[in-house]
Amino acid sequence: MSRKPYIRPIPKTSWYMRDGRYKRYMLREVTCVFIGAYTGVLTMGLLRLSQGKEAYEAFLQAMNTPSAIVFHILALLFAVYHSTTWFNVTPQAMPIMKGDDFLPGKVIVTAHYAGWAVVSLFILLVVGI
Amino acid sequence: MSTKRTITFEVMRYRPESDAEPSYQTYSVPCEQEWVVLDALLYIKDNLDTTLSFRWSCHMAVCGSCGMIVNGEPMLSCKAFLRDYPDVIRVEPLTNFPIERDLVIVMDDFITKLASIKPYIIPKEERKVEQGEYLQTPVQLKKFKQYTLCINCLLCYAACPQYGLVPEFVGPAALALAHRYNLDSRDNGRSQRQEIAASHDGVWECSFVGACSEVCPKHVDPAGAIQQTKIASTMDYFLGFLQGGS
Repeated sequence: MSRKPYIRPIPKTSWYMRDGRYKRYMLREVTCVFIGAYTGVLTMGLLRLSQGKEAYEAFLQAMNTPSAIVFHILALLFAVYHSTTWFNVTPQAMPIMKGDDFLPGKVIVTAHYAGWAVVSLFILLVVGI
Repeated sequence: MSTKRTITFEVMRYRPESDAEPSYQTYSVPCEQEWVVLDALLYIKDNLDTTLSFRWSCHMAVCGSCGMIVNGEPMLSCKAFLRDYPDVIRVEPLTNFPIERDLVIVMDDFITKLASIKPYIIPKEERKVEQGEYLQTPVQLKKFKQYTLCINCLLCYAACPQYGLVPEFVGPAALALAHRYNLDSRDNGRSQRQEIAASHDGVWECSFVGACSEVCPKHVDPAGAIQQTKIASTMDYFLGFLQGGS
């Protein structure tokens, strides 16, 4: 008898809907859109700054609108989700052997959070808070 | 006192000689409390429907033959305890593979890929028997030991959306085994394996969903192995520049 294997079709645009893991993965991937957009806004701010005081103040004014504030809150939430999801998988990508054993994963993860806190504090100090 | 629990099994059937596509068949099975899904399938085969086809062998999560999708999750059916499931259980063949018949998948693609990464020790120099064993310390063993636990059950391929969308992807288990031999202190075959592992269809096709490691019944971490291979391959690339190569 001849063989007739059946190949189940995979929906190209909605494959991630069938599993919670895939949805979380897509959420992590979509964070880059917000991080990219925020980078665009930041670059625009630098451009306005280079164009003089008036241009920069108009930019700050635009950033003070409700929609800009909502965007920044969303971008922050997505950036935090992006960072934490990647921090949490670093022990898988970068296992460290110390002596006869592997360093526990939580040590590597905690080091990333500590580094994040230090850099954030430094930036807050630089901007003068 | 009867401790039996009646569970409805919705089993995906595909009979290539008569079916154009798979469909579900329902079986009502009186199950013992301590049964796993495989026991129920064996009950169906022995008592209700002798035509149902599925693979199994050891019944103890060692052989890797009985991988199936149980209520949407890739599982070894011998490790899927009925006490953890509701009264209706849906059993399907592993996703991302062609179905040969019922719950039996075609795994030729994996076997070809596994062979392509040379999953065996390629020593620096062949030793004669009288020269003795290749020695290894416990610490050297620890570096790669978790990857040796892979039983080729293919749950990781069924969980990997990338393998489903891009069938050329070498995939989790094969890449994890390439990493296992690369890490072995007795091995010198990394450059040969890199031709496949570091190619576009190798580690770079992985977008780190991580599902492979989550479903592995032996707690192997293929996702980690793939990311480590990405880092090592990137280092190769830049070291190549420093050493005047391309």
